[in-house]
Amino acid sequence: MKTITKATEVVIASSQNGEEKPNRLKVIKTYKIYVGGKFPRTESGRYYTPKNSEGHSLGNICLCSRKDFRDAVVAARSAFAGWSGTAPFTRSQILYRMAEMLEGRKAQFIEELQRQGSSLKEANYEVEISIDRLIYYAGWCDKYQQIFSSVNPVASSHFNFSVCEPTGVVSILAPEENSLIGLVSVIAPAIAGGNTCVVLASENKPLCAVTFAEVLNTSDVPGGVVNILTGKKSELHEQFSSHMDVNAIVYCGIEEEVIKSIQIKSANNVKRALIRKNINWLNDSAQSPYFILDTQEVKTTWHPVENIGGGGGGY
Amino acid sequence: MTKTINPLAFNAAFKYAPAPESKTHIQLKPRYDLFINGKFTAPSSGKHFDSINPANELKIAEIAEANEKDVDMAVKAAKTAYEKVWSKMAPKERGKYLFRIARMIQEQARELAVIESLDGGKPIRESRDIDIPLVAAHFFYYAGWADKLDYAYPNKKPVSLGVAGQIIPWNFPLLMAAWKIAPALACGNTVVLKPAETTSLTALKLAEIIQESGLPEGVVNIVTGFGNTGAAIVNHPGINKIAFTGSTDVGKIIQKSIAGTNKKCTLELGGKAANIIFEDAPIDQAVEGIINGIYFNQGHVCCAGSRLFVQESVYDMVIRILKDRMETLIVGDPMDKNTDIGAINSKNQLDTIRKYIKYGKEDGAEMFQPSCEVPNKGFWCRPTLFMNASQSHRIVQEEIFGPVLAVQTFRTVDEVIEKANNTPFGLSAGVWTDKGSKIFNLTSKLRAGVIWANTYNKFDPTSPFGGYKESGFGREGGLHGLGAYLNFN
Repeated sequence: MKTITKATEVVIASSQNGEEKPNRLKVIKTYKIYVGGKFPRTESGRYYTPKNSEGHSLGNICLCSRKDFRDAVVAARSAFAGWSGTAPFTRSQILYRMAEMLEGRKAQFIEELQRQGSSLKEANYEVEISIDRLIYYAGWCDKYQQIFSSVNPVASSHFNFSVCEPTGVVSILAPEENSLIGLVSVIAPAIAGGNTCVVLASENKPLCAVTFAEVLNTSDVPGGVVNILTGKKSELHEQFSSHMDVNAIVYCGIEEEVIKSIQIKSANNVKRALIRKNINWLNDSAQSPYFILDTQEVKTTWHPVENIGGGGGGY
Repeated sequence: MTKTINPLAFNAAFKYAPAPESKTHIQLKPRYDLFINGKFTAPSSGKHFDSINPANELKIAEIAEANEKDVDMAVKAAKTAYEKVWSKMAPKERGKYLFRIARMIQEQARELAVIESLDGGKPIRESRDIDIPLVAAHFFYYAGWADKLDYAYPNKKPVSLGVAGQIIPWNFPLLMAAWKIAPALACGNTVVLKPAETTSLTALKLAEIIQESGLPEGVVNIVTGFGNTGAAIVNHPGINKIAFTGSTDVGKIIQKSIAGTNKKCTLELGGKAANIIFEDAPIDQAVEGIINGIYFNQGHVCCAGSRLFVQESVYDMVIRILKDRMETLIVGDPMDKNTDIGAINSKNQLDTIRKYIKYGKEDGAEMFQPSCEVPNKGFWCRPTLFMNASQSHRIVQEEIFGPVLAVQTFRTVDEVIEKANNTPFGLSAGVWTDKGSKIFNLTSKLRAGVIWANTYNKFDPTSPFGGYKESGFGREGGLHGLGAYLNFN
């Protein structure tokens, strides 16, 4: 079932002193998906083999089904209460931990980005900026609330305040081109704000998405908070937008027909449909607390204030 | 033989003397045309329809029915006004127009309140003390924002959108118009607004005020009519933003209609709010909160507390006090200052409410209505209580938009949170308890946009309002309400 790209490749490793070691067969990784904190293959048993620009296969990648998506939504919904209730300070630490893990595995991501067609320089830059972006959002976890919340000076004798709360489960169709920084740029604001998410990775460049799941798995991100699927946008976008237990959808792309379909299907349950068009994910303008705000709800609470010292005396 | 008198029916032993609000000072025309480009214009269809008083079914005035051609004229007028005048005006001048309109509303407040009650059926006490003062306050609040928008969204440069198409419901006719028009104008947009077909009059009175205020022509256009008129606004390519308040069903249709366009959208849709009474709540106050939660404005309130959850240990007491309190409610002439519950807004809505009352009985809930009399003519519904309701009942799941309360019980905090959140809606909720930590636990776990703790149905222009889930998206009111009418660069 597994097609190994260069099955006969035997690596002859040279040690530092130049001595030849015995031939050793390189172990090639099976790319899985990430659902509920576990790494299954797709329930459908299907796979596809995306190729890079030189025509080399990137591997047998899971061609996820609608059922995989539904399972992932169940996992995301189950994780929502815990994650949204996690202290922002703790969420911040976990995002920072993600950055640490990514830094530690830089070489692997650079190698995968190169296999997907980036130059070494580009790959290096994309990984570095991805790490920095995680740190950027790690910092926002316990700050955006103060920017976007308010105490409202109502005219009646009530204490009234508005706070941000996560909107719930967010389905995300990640950017196709920048497979790592694009992925990080859409996941980080969603989970920094306490949402859980189901992400469809770049269809033609899925490798670092799956490896990024390994980063998540070793960063104390609870299982189910981020679920990463691979497969075809054309097969899955309707499920991503029509599912009744998904509260918001983020679509990164420019296909007008897909955008329209997503917006129509989102109406099934009054989903918040967020379209990210023409964003340069490598640029600093692709990071902002307003991306966090997009998947937040504003909740306003009222409570009466007893008029202490109503006789005019005060305290 | 002595006739037993219900001691709680305050008006049974001796009648309250009627205390009707005077109608002599109001000025109404027999026929109203469309308000387009600063002028009242006859509809191109040549058609008018009747607006009736739901309390006596008598015609009040004729209202123009706008078709696509009229809507097109209104949108073009709004676009021209946007491009030539309103978007170029100094923001502080925009603000001054809104301040002026607010003042004029205050000056004519009594007249507007009377017309609101005549046309919509709500008790004069509510239109006089709640609706109209909030209308003026809303204009005052957003007037001040006009030249301060740069402070609202840190690190962003907000710009206006263009023409906003606004469609509003019949439950708070003038208040909804204010919620829509004031922030739109403050942010530099122009508007085409459609009031609900049963309650167009106060919006048309507002058009007269706007005309008198000298607001540049075309900045506010008011087109009256039915669903088709609304659809023409939604589908018009010259519209840059849709703001809709109404049912979730229509909201979904609108969301679908504008798919694939660049129209921005905010939706304020239905609700099925939980009102939760804990055993440690001040019960008498809580019962007042229940009454205000569901019987305010005949229950024609999207955020009405239509699902009551009572902790088992105090259930008997709460129900006893609630029934007693319901016996004292006065249902009748909206123009009478004694009236607590006015007329149902329309025959259609009365039919819907009756259908749900029938469902409630069929599904096995136990109904209670007080013994009050209701007038013969007009549309009336006694305040209604259903006990032993359960989660699967239609009266628990679906929005009724009438004075019908479904009661359930609970034992634990976790149980009531789960039950309260078990609905596709998420507009509002109420919590009654004396314990602060319990309030904050509940308010953070209830998935709803507005939570009233130890109070209910309070509104203020500074306070953002809007829903989670299928109750819509976007907020109206407060700083957060500005975002709906701005683009950010």
